[in-house]
Parts: sequence; structure tokens; C-alpha cells
Amino acid sequence: MNDTELKDVLIKAISDIAPEADFETLDPDDELREQLDLDSMDFLNVVIALHEALGFDIPETDYPRLFTFNAAVGYLREKQTP
Amino acid sequence: MPQLGADMAAGTLVEWQKKPGETVSRGDIMAVVETDKGAIEIEVFEDGIVDALLVEPGTKIPVGTVLAVITDNRESTPGPAEKISQATLQKPAPNEAPSGGKLDKEAAETAPAKEPPSGGRLRISPAAARLAAERGVDIRAVSGTGPSGAIRLADIDVLAAESTPDTQDTPNTPNAPALAMRRAIAAAMGKSNREIPHYYLSTAIDMTRALDWLSAANQQRPVTERLLYSVLLIKAVARALEKFPELNGFWRDDAFEAGGAIHIGWAISLRGGGLLAPAIRNANDMDFDQLMVALRDLVKRARSFRLRGSEFTDPTITVTSLGDQGVENVYGVIYPPQVALVGFGRIAERAWVVGGAVQPRPIIEASLAADHRASDGHRGGQFLRTIEQILQEPESL
Repeated sequence: MNDTELKDVLIKAISDIAPEADFETLDPDDELREQLDLDSMDFLNVVIALHEALGFDIPETDYPRLFTFNAAVGYLREKQTP
Repeated sequence: MPQLGADMAAGTLVEWQKKPGETVSRGDIMAVVETDKGAIEIEVFEDGIVDALLVEPGTKIPVGTVLAVITDNRESTPGPAEKISQATLQKPAPNEAPSGGKLDKEAAETAPAKEPPSGGRLRISPAAARLAAERGVDIRAVSGTGPSGAIRLADIDVLAAESTPDTQDTPNTPNAPALAMRRAIAAAMGKSNREIPHYYLSTAIDMTRALDWLSAANQQRPVTERLLYSVLLIKAVARALEKFPELNGFWRDDAFEAGGAIHIGWAISLRGGGLLAPAIRNANDMDFDQLMVALRDLVKRARSFRLRGSEFTDPTITVTSLGDQGVENVYGVIYPPQVALVGFGRIAERAWVVGGAVQPRPIIEASLAADHRASDGHRGGQFLRTIEQILQEPESL
């Protein structure tokens, strides 16, 4: 998947949890959870949705790499098996 | 119409899920009712056969109104059932019983004709059901455009735009559900602060062992089965309550009434405001996986307003965690008629003295708001200490 597709996957995963999220005004380099008011259950559900859409495991120790939108896209790109 | 919480005065029947003549058993979902807390599924209290449905979908009725008559399984005992039916007719229900008021066997048999034409249950999304109730739209008159003719939000919007609601008691604004929930919270919390003499205690708990245990456990688990630290907190509170029955139950008629089983009301905040605290039943007997499944299911259904009536009335205590993004301390307001609320702040890294040396440690503040009529601070303090001790041995939970 290219970055545009990865972004779409991420946006869908987040939108299913926080339907009111506005990605136009979201700061892609600031904390996602704080901007979108995601609690730990919401965040876990985003991770599960990403896992289901992309197929690879996301260990808990990697969670901090998903904390901003841009970092998450970079992480997902890196995790994709070439 | 059951009272689903101390603050509920009336509810609107959204749909029936059972038909006259159907056999039902205790726990079956009988109907969906719209309240200030969203659409709630009403369960059957006893086994039997549905004799008659007395309220039409879309009708708003006060708490205590008889919704339906369920008779005993045995055909040979129609006597008591008929008595109930007659008594029902004396109630000034806003709807009319079938066949002009005389409810007898004949009337009950004609009732199926009043079911939706499809014969099955009305297919409607919870959000659409909410909007319909709020706008006074009769959902049986709506032709759905969703899958299998399901009624969607847009279908209600179209109809609501064409007709004006015939009642003025529900404000016709997009904020009506939020306003209703605000009022429900206001009523319950107002009653709590007027009537319950609260006392507050708090203690800091070192979460190092609990979190170490948790991350080791999660390393072995696929992402779909990972645990949140919330389940450790819930389990620790539930286990501690086994030794402090005076904090688990209700204050009713000037006396404490023990809860018996331990049903944790878990506070769930809703996106866009408001909160609900439905029950995780018998939490002390559940393992972490069961608790996680229960928690996930409860959060999902609370946020889509699909909780069951008993989930609002069952909790014997409330537990609230303001989450890992939040503040450090919670000073709770007890949800009447319960007698205690346990609050957790976020886990914050703090300088902690361990064996004479200062170390950074993940610390959580646990607080107790308790009803002084039912318990005293000494026991309340021992209760918090017990939670702390349990969290130091997560493997034993």
C-alpha cells in the first residue's frame, strides 16, 4: 500500500471509533488521543482495526509509535512486508 | 414500564420484539424502550406466553404502566391472567386496548393483526429509533431504504421534515437527547448530594507490579485479546468488596440493603457528553478474559445506546476511571441508591521512595466516596488498602 492508501486505512479505523473526527483540522504531528479524546479502549480498538485491515501484528511496545497521525503512517509503511 | 434508575419517570415504547402467542423465558428481550439514557432493551421477568401487548410503539408512558400481559405456560389456569388483564384496563394508559377496551381472549387473538405487515420485527437502526422518538415520528409508517428495508436515520429525517410533531413535551431540537441525558444526570446527582452524607478517602497505589504483569501477559496475546489495565482495577475492587459488604449495596427506606452479588457499575463517558454506568455482573468471579469481553461489549453497546434495562438497575457499586489522558484524582458523587463509588485517576510517573531510595514509579490515585449512613471511614480506609494490596499481587487475581 502507498501512503495515501495507508492514510485511508488509518482514517477509517479512527472514524469508526470517533465518527465526529475532522481530519481537515487535525494536527498530524500532535497527539491523536488527546486531540480526538480517545481513551485506552478506543485506542485499542483502533489498533485492532489496523491489524485486521493490514494483517500484521502490532505489539504493545510499538503503541507509542502510533501516537500521532504522521508517525502512525510512517510506522505502518515500515511494518508492511515488502 | 420499569423504572431504570432513580431518575426515570417515563419511557417511550420503540418496538416490540415478541408477538402475542410467543413463548418467552426469563431474560429474553421483550421490547425496546426509549429513555433519557437512550434505547434500552427490556427483558422478560418470568417464563410464560405473551398474552397481549397493551402499548403501541411510539407511545410515551409513565413508569409503572403495564406494557404487556404474560400468562403462565399452563393453559388450564386462565383465571389469574384474566384478572391481571382486567386490572390493567383500569390504568389510565394513553393508548387504547384492542377492541375498544374490553381485553379478553378474543382481543388477545386479534392482536397479531396489529403487528408490522412484514410479520417480523421492525428493522430500524438505534440512531433512527432515537430520532423517531424525539421527533414524534411513527416508525411503522416509515418505509425504510436501508438493507432489507431497514429504517435509517435519513428516512426519519425526510418524514420529520414533512410532518410536525403532535406533542410539545419533547423539545424539537437536535440537542434533545443530550438535554434529556443532562437532566437525568442532574436529577440523580442532585438527589445524591441532597440526601447522601458523603465521606471521601484516597490513597496512592504503586502500579509497577500490576503493569509489569500486564505487559508480560499482553506480549503473549494477539492484539484482539489484549487486556487493558482497567480490568485489573475492576477485578481488584470486586475482590476487595467480598470483605467489605457494607460498601456493596443500597440505602433504601432508612436502612442498608446488602447487594448480595457484586455487580460493578462501570462509568462510560459518551462521545459528545453524558455518561452511563451499566453493570458488569459478578465481576469478582470473572477472569481477565471474561472481564475484557464484558467491558468491550458494554462500552460498544453504551455508545450505540443498546443497553438492557437490568444493566442500569443491577450495579451494587460504581467504579470510574478517568483514563490515561486525564487527571490524577477523582472525588466521586455516589449514584443513588448505591452507597459507594470508587474512582481512579490516571497512572502518572512519580518520585517514589522504595527501600530508602527515590525511584520513578507509575502511581495511580484510588479514591472512595462512600455513604456515611452505611459505613465509616475506618472501614472505608481498610477497603482502599485492600485494593492496594490486591494490586501488588496481580498474578493472584
